[in-house]
Amino acid sequence: METQSQVVARLRSAFGSGVTIPVAFRLNQLSELMSMITDNEEQILVALHKDLGKPKFEAIMSEVDIVVNELHHAIANLSSWIQPDYVSKNLATKLDDCFVRREALGVVLIIGPWNYPLHLLLLPLVSAIAAGNCAAIKPSEVSAHTDQLMAELIPKYLSQDCYTVVRGGAEETTTLLLNRFDHIFYTGSQTVARIILQAAAVHLTPVTLELGGKCPCFIYGRVNIAAAARRLAWSKFFNAGQSCVAPDYVLCSPATRDALLPELRQTLEEFYSRDPQTSPDLSRIVSARHWTRLMALLKRSAGEVVLGGESDQQDKYIAPTVLVGVAEDDALMAEEIFGPILPIITVESLEDGIAFINRQEKPLALYVFSDEAAVVNTVLEKTSSGGFCSNDGIIHMCLPTLPFGGVGASGFGSYHGRWGFETFSHRRAVMLRGWTLERLNGLRYPPYREDKLSWLRWTMSAKSSCSIM
Amino acid sequence: MSRELLVVQRARKSFQTGKTKPLENRIQQLKSLLLFITERRSDITDAVKRDLGKSALGTELFETLGLEGEINLAIEKLAEWAAPRPVEKSLLTISDEVYIQPEPLGVVLIIGTWNYPWALTLQPLVGAIAAGNAAVIKPSEVSSHSAKVMEELLPQYLDKDLYPVVTGGVLETQELLKQRFDHIFYTGSSGVGKLVMAAAAPHLTPVTLELGGKSPCYIDKNCDIPVACRRITWGKFVNCGQTCIAPDFILCEPSIQSRVVEEIKKCIKEFYTDNPETFEDYGRIINQQHFKRLMALMEGSTVAVGGTSDESQCYIAPTVLKDVTGESKVMKEEIFGPLLPIITVSGVDEAIQFMNEREKALVIYVFSHDNKLIKRVIAETSSGALLANDCLVHYTVSALPFGGVGNSGMGCYHGRHSFDQLSHLRSCLIKQLKMEGVNSMRYPPHTAKKLGWARFFLVKRVNVSRLRRLALLATLAGVAAFVVQVKELKCPSSVPRAVKGFALISAVFYVTRL
Repeated sequence: METQSQVVARLRSAFGSGVTIPVAFRLNQLSELMSMITDNEEQILVALHKDLGKPKFEAIMSEVDIVVNELHHAIANLSSWIQPDYVSKNLATKLDDCFVRREALGVVLIIGPWNYPLHLLLLPLVSAIAAGNCAAIKPSEVSAHTDQLMAELIPKYLSQDCYTVVRGGAEETTTLLLNRFDHIFYTGSQTVARIILQAAAVHLTPVTLELGGKCPCFIYGRVNIAAAARRLAWSKFFNAGQSCVAPDYVLCSPATRDALLPELRQTLEEFYSRDPQTSPDLSRIVSARHWTRLMALLKRSAGEVVLGGESDQQDKYIAPTVLVGVAEDDALMAEEIFGPILPIITVESLEDGIAFINRQEKPLALYVFSDEAAVVNTVLEKTSSGGFCSNDGIIHMCLPTLPFGGVGASGFGSYHGRWGFETFSHRRAVMLRGWTLERLNGLRYPPYREDKLSWLRWTMSAKSSCSIM
Repeated sequence: MSRELLVVQRARKSFQTGKTKPLENRIQQLKSLLLFITERRSDITDAVKRDLGKSALGTELFETLGLEGEINLAIEKLAEWAAPRPVEKSLLTISDEVYIQPEPLGVVLIIGTWNYPWALTLQPLVGAIAAGNAAVIKPSEVSSHSAKVMEELLPQYLDKDLYPVVTGGVLETQELLKQRFDHIFYTGSSGVGKLVMAAAAPHLTPVTLELGGKSPCYIDKNCDIPVACRRITWGKFVNCGQTCIAPDFILCEPSIQSRVVEEIKKCIKEFYTDNPETFEDYGRIINQQHFKRLMALMEGSTVAVGGTSDESQCYIAPTVLKDVTGESKVMKEEIFGPLLPIITVSGVDEAIQFMNEREKALVIYVFSHDNKLIKRVIAETSSGALLANDCLVHYTVSALPFGGVGNSGMGCYHGRHSFDQLSHLRSCLIKQLKMEGVNSMRYPPHTAKKLGWARFFLVKRVNVSRLRRLALLATLAGVAAFVVQVKELKCPSSVPRAVKGFALISAVFYVTRL
């Protein structure tokens, strides 16, 4: 049984051999990863169901297909992504070759969370492989069945020298972080993120942090409340609210709240039937610990449950629950909910709503539901968040052309598509100068003179280059 | 309540008023910064002379010239940089607006350094202002005269609340680092870089670290050695070797070592006269501490050129050390001074191995006529940047990202990269509440049929822009044909209708630039 240090040493040795650099190798490994998923789709769905009670539809859309999609995108675009970018120059450097090269970083560490245990582990891996790195892959032990499955499948399909699964809990992760990596990609909580940053600082390792936060959903102005309710309910209760980009709470006027509630009731009934516990389309809470945490939150809340509220500890089930009368200092507002509980907080005006949002930490996503473009634009301009989506939820993260990441307390760095490729690459500036024009260089050598300086100013300004050539 | 806490609070409050958002305001501040540099040029060059013994022209060349260029570039390009950046859409988002909106981060901390106290403190500031942030500026206390001038004069030009200057030493910097920032931009040593990153951790603050390292310089035996040595001599002894991208040491074959020494000796004389100590354009070591450090580094190595010094003046002559090995004292840390060791290697293979055994440097220099050799070094090594056949000048191309990798740092800046580094690129998807019917396939209760449709829409890759163009072209062609027909009825001519139609469509095509 290899120790962690041995694993890292082996990965480093594999990277040093240069095997991951050729595009053919990367494309081959990406295809293998694709096969791993498509060959074993059934097993994957079973594991996800055991871990989270994930309905087949959700598992396919948000776990399997999204990774397959990303793989197709990477395979199709890799050869263009690795092309060097030639850049504009000034007159002094006109005859030189100036370009930016994307180079692999080395050995990266990917730490996945439990809520989308396949997606959030493998999507960064796709980018890491595409960028030519070796990777230590640490699935979350909380989603135990998927963890086990990844440990079994990955070595069967991917090069064991270059990509290794490392398993364990908090203790093992802490010791793993003592090793030196060339990049750490972490998805999870703020608490653990701080520990990771401290560990990374020791080695000057750059980090990408995909954290969470309380994603507000602001419903304001003239709005098609029925459509809004459906999209809100879908994005909130997908994966039983255990999504980093789930709308955490709703902000709206009292009148909107009154119009929203019956729509939500109808929508929830339509989606999950009168007894959601019997619906095959609703996930479960991942663990007893999180179930207890959520139930405690509900208990401590001063709000009033108007929809749902049922639960079953044995089944780790909590019904889609909506509360009203929740204030800013409520227990439900103290932490990211990460469950099927939706507080509705009322505000009197657009400005109040914006001020409320800005008093909280910057979230990973911010949602606005309104038919009034002015409302959407005002909120967009006066707030900050990782991403922004109007009149829908979650869906903005399905586009591989948009960078997916946080800001402030919701994290830094981004990925998806080309953004992931860039995250796992070093952009190396390369300049190839010629041997001629040494006389021109004379302008810069000592002794320094005023007239030399004037000439230099002229040659170095970009503008002069445009007019001459 | 500490001074540092108050300063940061004030900057944040000022940022929250929203006054940095309008581009005109940012441009106004950038123009003021430019005015500061041009109006106060003599104060600046005076301060640098006192800090580093650098001549006025030297300061202009290496500090303010680059700064002016960056400011002008930012002013010219700001609207372009700050504009929403549309991205390719999927079939499902075909009728939506999908773009990336650059936004300010908030309050940025800029920690400057002493070797180019103006360029390396104010260039990040240009990016911070352009991106719409507030910025707390902490100049290095080691270049104390420059810090003083910056503290006194900058507030006369820039918004005092948004861009305060905080001077002080280690204690004050530590106090600053306790405060919460939205980004920290640090230029300096790897050792302190680790401390900065660790201090940023509790606040989850992203950092840009512009560090250093030992930048190797490989000279191929078959290259134009006189020209190579001129460029290397210049690159090394500018600012008395106190440049993060100075060629730290030379790697070459034993057969050319004497030649290299001779040529460098010649260039030193040409640039700095026989007596660099009295020559205006040769600088000084920043302080006693670094002087002593450098003198100690020379121990055990053979001096081939220079070697003289004067502690009272913090003067060390341009010095070349030969027959140095990887274990010599001078190879244990970044030199950051006017000592140029030459280490002999059997060829480029050994040179590459030597480089790869060490931490990744900020830049690798290669002097060769052989493009294949250069390409090999590029492919088989890693560094912040690579410059072939010259030194330092990659710094002047603002389109090139300037930054390190591994021990030499993380993040990059210059030109647009400064703007992007200090912005948040926010993904925006603007949808409407219409067409709710399309969404029904994703809602529970889930059926196999719905799943099929959903998979199609969400997964299918379609070149949306090409679809749109084709549709548009088809429409225009139809319109053109119609117009031609109508015209034909009104005013017949001898030119065949088809040709006219074709000409019209081509004109439309050209004009709309599909």
